[in-house]
Amino acid sequence: MAQVVVEGLRKTYRVAVREPGAWGAIRGLARRRWREIEALAGVSFGIGAGELVGFIGPNGAGKSTTIKILSGILRPSAGACEVDGLVPWRDRIRHVARIGVVFGQRTQLWWDLPVIDGFDLLRDIYRVDPARYRRTRDELVGLMRLESLLDQPVRQLSLGQRMRCEIAAAMLHEPRLIFLDEPTIGLDAPAKLAVRELVGTLNRERGVTVVLTTHDMQDIEALARRVIVIGKGVILADQPLDAFRAGVLAERRVVADFAGEAPRLAIPGVEERARDGRSLELAFDPARIAAPALIAAIAADHPLEDIRVVQPQIEEVIARFYDLHGAGEA
Amino acid sequence: MLRPYLAIISARFQLVLQYRAAALAGFATQCWWGGMKVLIFSAFYAGAAAVAPMSFAHTVSYTWLGQAFLMFLPWYADPEVTDMVRTGAVAYERLRPVDAWGWWYARALAWTAARIVPRAALMFATAAVLMPLVGLGRWGLRLPPDGSDAALFCAAIVAAALLSATMTVLLNVVVAASLTDRGANAFAAPITIVLSGSLVPLAFFPRPLVPLLRLQPFAGLMDTPFRVWNGELAGTGAVGAIALQLAWTLVLALLGRRAVEAVMGRIQVQGG
Repeated sequence: MAQVVVEGLRKTYRVAVREPGAWGAIRGLARRRWREIEALAGVSFGIGAGELVGFIGPNGAGKSTTIKILSGILRPSAGACEVDGLVPWRDRIRHVARIGVVFGQRTQLWWDLPVIDGFDLLRDIYRVDPARYRRTRDELVGLMRLESLLDQPVRQLSLGQRMRCEIAAAMLHEPRLIFLDEPTIGLDAPAKLAVRELVGTLNRERGVTVVLTTHDMQDIEALARRVIVIGKGVILADQPLDAFRAGVLAERRVVADFAGEAPRLAIPGVEERARDGRSLELAFDPARIAAPALIAAIAADHPLEDIRVVQPQIEEVIARFYDLHGAGEA
Repeated sequence: MLRPYLAIISARFQLVLQYRAAALAGFATQCWWGGMKVLIFSAFYAGAAAVAPMSFAHTVSYTWLGQAFLMFLPWYADPEVTDMVRTGAVAYERLRPVDAWGWWYARALAWTAARIVPRAALMFATAAVLMPLVGLGRWGLRLPPDGSDAALFCAAIVAAALLSATMTVLLNVVVAASLTDRGANAFAAPITIVLSGSLVPLAFFPRPLVPLLRLQPFAGLMDTPFRVWNGELAGTGAVGAIALQLAWTLVLALLGRRAVEAVMGRIQVQGG
C-alpha cells in the first residue's frame, strides 16, 4: 500500500492587488481588491514505502506548496491527502511526530545552542526513549561524521556542516518518511556530494522514504529513481528517471578524443554537437544507429585515443521539457 | 506529557540567563528610574502626605518592586517568535508534535522568568540590603510585615509570571497575524505600563476608579503582588486577589489557545 496518497489537491491563495501609482494605493485603502492565485490545480500521485522520489519544477510551480501540505503546515483548498493513514493538517500532531522535514533555506536547530544540546532538545520534543535516542544519535553522528561539530554552536557552522546536522536532526525520532526541500542549496561541491551520499544511504540502508525537491539536477540524477515534474500547479510527468529522459530527449551522445585534430564526420543519423581541438561530441539516434556500430564506424577511419557514450546532461533534458510544456517561470 | 514543554522552558531559561550584559544594562536603567520616582514621591509626600492613599514607605517599596519585576510587563511580543515570523521559520513550529499554544506559552514563561531572576536579585540586593547599609533606608525597599505576607507574595509573583506569559502569547498571535511586531508592541507598552501600576501605583488613580482598576487583568502583574508584599492585602484578601490573577490567567489562556489555532491555521508561508 502506498505510504503517501494525494488526490486532486488544490490550493488557492488570495493576494491583495494594488493598482500602480499613488492613486492606486489610495484606492486600495478604501476598497481592497483580491486576486486568486492557483498554486495547485488538482495534483494526484502516490508514493510507496521506501521510494526515493525527486520532485522538480520551475520556481513557483507548486513544489513547496505540495510539500507544505504533505507535512501538515498548510491546509489545502480542496482535495484529499493521506500519509500513513493520517490526514496531515487534521491529525497534525500525530502526523508530524512520524515525519522528518528539512528546509534547505531555514534552520530547525537552535542558533545559539551547541549542536548536541539542540539534538537533546529534539529528543524531548519528540518524546524519544532516552536509550533508543542515544543509539540513533550515535549512529547518525557516525554516519554523517558529526563528532567534531557536536560541541559547536550552530551559528559557527559552515552551511555544509549545518546541513549535515539538519538532516541528522530530522532523523533523530526515526521517521519513516522524510521531506527534503532543496537540501543542497548554496552548498559547495564536496558538501553537495556528502549530502547526496547521506540521503542515498538513509534511503537504501534504513529504508526511509525520501521526497526530494531541488533545482540541482545532479541531485536528481544521483539519487532519484522516479521523478514527478510539476509546473503551474499540475503534474506534467511522473515516471522513472530513465523513461523520463528517454521520452524527452531520445538522442544519446558519444564523446571521442582523437590522436590528431578532430575530423569532420558524415555518418547518417549522427550530428556534431561540440568540438574542442582533438575532442568531438556527437549526438546520435539509437533507433537509427546502434552505439557499437557508430563507434566501429568512427574507429575504422580515424585513430582514436578514447571514446565514451554519455547521457545528455539532465539540465538539458529538464530545460527542453519545460520548453515543450511552456512551464518556465512566467 | 509535559516533557517537550519542560525541555524548552529549561533550554530557553538557560539561554536567556546568559545575556548578562542585557541584565546589567537593564538593572542600571531600572535603578535610575527607581531613584527618580522615589525622589518625585518624596517631594509629593513632603507637600501632600495627608491626601496620599498609601504611606510613603509602602509607596517606595511598591516603586522598587516595580523596577525589580519590570519584565513582567508584556510590552512586546516574544522576539524569538517575531524573528520566526519575519524569516518564515514559523513554519517549523507547525512541524513539532506539540500543542501550538502550549509551545509558545512555555517559551514565553521561560523568557520572562530568565529576565526577571537576575534583575530582581540585583534590585533586592541594592534596595533592600545596600541602601539601608549606607544610610538610605528611608528611600529603600522595606521587607514584608511578616512571614505569611512573604509566603503569599511568592505565590502572587508566580501567578503574575503565569499571567504575564499568557499576555505575551496573545501579542505573538497579533505579530503572526499582522506579520510585523510594530503594531502589537506599539499599543502594548502604554496600556500595560499604566494599567499594571508600573507608572504610578493604582491607588493613586481617582478614587472611584480604583476598585475597577484592581479587577482588570493587568493589575495582577504588579499591583496585586506588591500590595501583598506591603501587607495591605493579607489573609483572605490576598488569597482572593491571587485567585483573581489565576482566573485571568485561565481566561487569557483559553482565549490565546483559540487565537493561536486560528492564526496558525491560516498562516501562509510564502516563497522558499
